[in-house]
Amino acid sequence: MSAVHAPAAPATGWKSWITTTDHKRIGMLYFFTAFGFFLIGGIEALMIRLQLAQPDGRLVSADTYNQLFTMHGTTMVFLALMPLSAAFFNYIIPLQIGARDVAFPRLNAFSYWVFLLGGLFINASWFAGPLFHAGHLNVAPNGGWFGYANLTERQYSPGPNIDFWLLGLQVLGIASLAAGFNFIVTILNMRAPGMRMMRLPVFSWMTLVTQFLVITAFPVITVALVLLMFDRFFGTHFYLPAAGGDPLLWQHLFWLFGHPEVYILILPAMGIISEVLPTFARKPLFGYTVVVYSGVLIGFMGWGVWSHHMFSVGLGPIADSVFSGTTMLIAVPTGVKIFNWIATLWGGQIRGTTALHFAVGFIAMFVIGGLSGVMHASPPADLQQTDTYFVVAHIHYVLFGGTILGLFAGTYYWWPKMTGRLLSETLGKWHFWLIIIGMNLAFFPMHFIGLLGMPRRIYTYSRDLGPGIATLNLVSTVGAFLIAVALLVFIWNLWRTRTHGQPAGDDPWGGATLEWTIPSPPPPYNFDFIPTVVSRLPRWSTTQMRAIPEGSPEESLPHVPSGSIWPLVTALGLPVLACAPLTHTLWLAFVGAGLLFFGIYRWAFEPFEV
Amino acid sequence: MRRTSYLLTVLLLAATACGGHFPQTTLQPKADFGFAIQGLFGDIFWWAVVVFTVVETLLVVTLIRFRARPGGPTPKPLHGHTVLEIAWTLAPALILVFIAVPTVRTIFSTEAPAPAGALKVSVIGHQWWWEYRYPDLGITTANELHLPVGQPVDLTLTTADVIHSFWDPAMGGKRDLIPTHENHLVFRPESTGTFLGQCAEFCGASHANMRLRVMVQGDSAWKAWVADQQALPAPVKKGSLEEQGAQAFQRYGCTGCHTMGDMAHGIVGPNLTHVASRTTIVGGTVVNDSAGLARWIGDPPGTKPGSLMPNMHVPPADIAALVAFLRSMK
Repeated sequence: MSAVHAPAAPATGWKSWITTTDHKRIGMLYFFTAFGFFLIGGIEALMIRLQLAQPDGRLVSADTYNQLFTMHGTTMVFLALMPLSAAFFNYIIPLQIGARDVAFPRLNAFSYWVFLLGGLFINASWFAGPLFHAGHLNVAPNGGWFGYANLTERQYSPGPNIDFWLLGLQVLGIASLAAGFNFIVTILNMRAPGMRMMRLPVFSWMTLVTQFLVITAFPVITVALVLLMFDRFFGTHFYLPAAGGDPLLWQHLFWLFGHPEVYILILPAMGIISEVLPTFARKPLFGYTVVVYSGVLIGFMGWGVWSHHMFSVGLGPIADSVFSGTTMLIAVPTGVKIFNWIATLWGGQIRGTTALHFAVGFIAMFVIGGLSGVMHASPPADLQQTDTYFVVAHIHYVLFGGTILGLFAGTYYWWPKMTGRLLSETLGKWHFWLIIIGMNLAFFPMHFIGLLGMPRRIYTYSRDLGPGIATLNLVSTVGAFLIAVALLVFIWNLWRTRTHGQPAGDDPWGGATLEWTIPSPPPPYNFDFIPTVVSRLPRWSTTQMRAIPEGSPEESLPHVPSGSIWPLVTALGLPVLACAPLTHTLWLAFVGAGLLFFGIYRWAFEPFEV
Repeated sequence: MRRTSYLLTVLLLAATACGGHFPQTTLQPKADFGFAIQGLFGDIFWWAVVVFTVVETLLVVTLIRFRARPGGPTPKPLHGHTVLEIAWTLAPALILVFIAVPTVRTIFSTEAPAPAGALKVSVIGHQWWWEYRYPDLGITTANELHLPVGQPVDLTLTTADVIHSFWDPAMGGKRDLIPTHENHLVFRPESTGTFLGQCAEFCGASHANMRLRVMVQGDSAWKAWVADQQALPAPVKKGSLEEQGAQAFQRYGCTGCHTMGDMAHGIVGPNLTHVASRTTIVGGTVVNDSAGLARWIGDPPGTKPGSLMPNMHVPPADIAALVAFLRSMK
């Protein structure tokens, strides 16, 4: 065992970053990369809003608009929200469970590089037009983030647009799957002595549920994408009606993935606020067991509701009734969580920090998204709402009001731990109020826009829909720009905290969990000694934690494995492989496969020189 | 139920602060299907208002009442309360029963087979226009669906290419047009008028330009329309501009895609036999007058992005003749 331990990785320099296997550094890489993609997705949203600010908008062409909304959805789901959650999984989970790293540190680095390269691959489509003699610069995916067959078949989408999408998503799926297995093993096997499952912090619990959803849902979309790829490249007919295929197969496969995906996006944020609320109310989470079980229940029930995305398909009254029932049922564990969060605050001493503001904002906004969700859980009502702006309002209250506010709560809460400095509370409050006003201006009018008859995914709308529709759209656009201003405040806050932030100390908030027992930022090995956990809230239940040495005193300085370049080399093989079918270049397939196998080989036998 | 719907409409209009006229609104149904949905939505809406008010009030009261005060007592470390947990599991479940029962009832009533004597119309989706065929009347038209008031209709929904969704909010909910599945929409229009709708499933470049109108007519207007559509338009006069247009129609190969009376039988594009009787062309996006027709023939892809009809660089003189010919096809 000790023979594998090489000298410590160099602490600085770009080489140390591209070879790092430290979960904390990988967490920071995830954070900044995903935040970069989040800004790109945001710029796409602003262009969409500018186009729709008035009727008959002509800022961008029909095809460019279709690319913008496709990439906005794809980017936000796969390149921003999921990996922003992953930033916190990476940084916080090992600290919360009292581990020195994740179970498979090099696999963790591999996940990150695949995510980065997959994201760059998909976004390269914005500039790849000349490569395909398209006559214009942008050949980004244009079939919607849901990519419905048979529109996405070669016959109706001949360009490279959909190829970028289906190949890129397959690459990204590998990153998600590798990370999923890694975190399941980490949480189940790497817990400190005494940390039984029912002592696990709720954020770690929700991460565990999320990762089980990832490893079960991503194979489904991978199958769907492989079938589409075969249709497009090799002349199969899985979704082609003319040859006996069925485009509805795509819808079932996509939403069988797509609905669990919604919970993959929201459960981590629910976990975050389940940490933030108790800390700032100075009260333990109310109904810990119920909150955990309802999270697990949501994970299971999330598999039985997919056809509520398909009420307009005409599945028949029986199927519609059944999926309506399961969808309404899933509101129960969700409601239970909300009541438990409020009960956590009840009777507390609530400190109005920025993190708490965002956590409370999550509850207030998520309730609105949940209630509109119940409205379209009723199929007849949904038939007037689906594919309109009413649903756009719903998803943004859930994913922006829910997930994004939750992630910001986590950022203000854990940034001091990650960097050693506190973010400015004054700028934080500005950030919070601007984003709350901005999002409600941007998304609340969309409820009316939808009910008053405007469908979604249209690059232009007619004056005939009424002058009120135009006014509401303009208000929504103003709100979107207010969100952009809020994000600039946040970026300024991050920037000035580098030099002007107050030192955080080990525990600026009086938190209850293990991450607050170690320095900020933590040393590479996290814990001098692995603590023994005797309660659910180790920091609150004992003044002095019991800590036992891991080994004899001579060996007590924790080993830090050296970094490795091979996860990056292996990851590089995947986008190269994806470029082969994209450009119909056979030798690229050999280069990509070569890189992949060489990387895996060197990785498997590392350290090679010993 | 109607009163709830009315309240809902008023509330929404007040909230928009601009009131006004919304020709594609879901909140002013004009058919039994739409009324059934609106009644159900009204019930769910008020439940949502109640839950919203209770939860948000509770949240705000908690935040104010338990805000940290200097020297405040250390909070009691309360870990949970079984009775409360059971209560707030059952309460939402009970509300959901009140929503689920009328939901299932409405599902079965609105998805029931068409009654006997319903007017049959076959709706065929195309990128990016609507084809309507009345099999019992021998009529084929496009984008503007004429229906008689008070008579149930049975729309049979299919598609010629990708998935579309037929949605006219005044009539009721939307239903997808899917290559492998024949779908139905059944409703009974209850007032006359023209009601806007459009395709609601993303279907490619010009999805936004796939609009439709449902024109519900009184008995005499409906009968007159049917009679006009069943007759052939008067033949063009010899030596007229219209006749030059008819020749151009053949010369430019329009006949390959369009049906035109006895003269042409193409089935790729809309049937143009009675094109002059429609108020709009190009998926319901362009007014059907001389200027609109000239713009469309002059540059189809510029008018409807992705259009299957190519730009044939027709010189202005021929465009004028074609427009005159098409304007005569009443």
